Amino acid sequence: MMPSLKLETSSEDHHLARMAAAALGLSVLEAAIPSPLPGVKPGLANIVTLIVLARYGWRAAAWVSLLRVMAGSLLFGNFLAPGFFLSLSGAVCSLLVLAASRHLSQRLFGTISQSILAAFAHIAGQMAVVYLWLIPHAGIAWLLPIFAAAALLFGTVNGIIAARFLSSPATPP
Amino acid sequence: MLNAIRPGDWLTMLAGGAVTVWLMSVCWNGGAADRAIVRSGGKVFRELPLSPDSQLHVPGPLGISVITIHDRQARIESDPSPRQYCVRQGWLKQAGEIAICLPNEISVELAGRTKNYDSLNY
Repeated sequence: MMPSLKLETSSEDHHLARMAAAALGLSVLEAAIPSPLPGVKPGLANIVTLIVLARYGWRAAAWVSLLRVMAGSLLFGNFLAPGFFLSLSGAVCSLLVLAASRHLSQRLFGTISQSILAAFAHIAGQMAVVYLWLIPHAGIAWLLPIFAAAALLFGTVNGIIAARFLSSPATPP
Repeated sequence: MLNAIRPGDWLTMLAGGAVTVWLMSVCWNGGAADRAIVRSGGKVFRELPLSPDSQLHVPGPLGISVITIHDRQARIESDPSPRQYCVRQGWLKQAGEIAICLPNEISVELAGRTKNYDSLNY
């Protein structure tokens, strides 16, 4: 008889999983929104990442973000496909920039700044993978301004949404 | 809604906008030109580098056209064509710019490293 395998999970794990599930829900929701250009997406799931970052710290945000990328790729069926690596590189770059952004003055720079910086890092990471691996052609430079404008717009909007959430009184998880 | 935006956030937005505009100016221009292609009668007569400064005399059916390269710009300095359109066009600066002297069948086009498609021909 096989010994039963029991994973010890803490309440923190459960909490992170709930947050990642919320982010995942937003990812699925967003996949239904038609996009004029592949790659231009609102990135609503990042609202969750920003809130987790502000409330529970960078480690929790990294867990939620990467879990969302993993689970999302399984859900959408592109695990280890190019789309997965694009998501992953974007998420990793965003997290690195978010880690650095914690050193900015909290009084001056809020969630909106973090959101915009992360959005730009996201697109930079993705374009790096696209250029170095998928389409090594200088022609993709033509798309950069469009992606940058999208990053600015959606980064700002997501940041405002996250800031609104954070300014409302915390609800118990 | 606006009270959630901190002073630095405006700064970040401004910086993001600046980066976007900068990318537009870099990525959406023909790019820096590095040579001038001189055509006569539809055939490439000579390709000139944009530096050093130089001058080229190109024979056409009406006479000689003079092409001048100065300070990484090119122009047709003189031309025997009656209406002088190509001369009055002045200096060509960016890749993709072209001056054509139809009567004398001569043209000067600036080209960069990557040649852009000509929307008139494609």
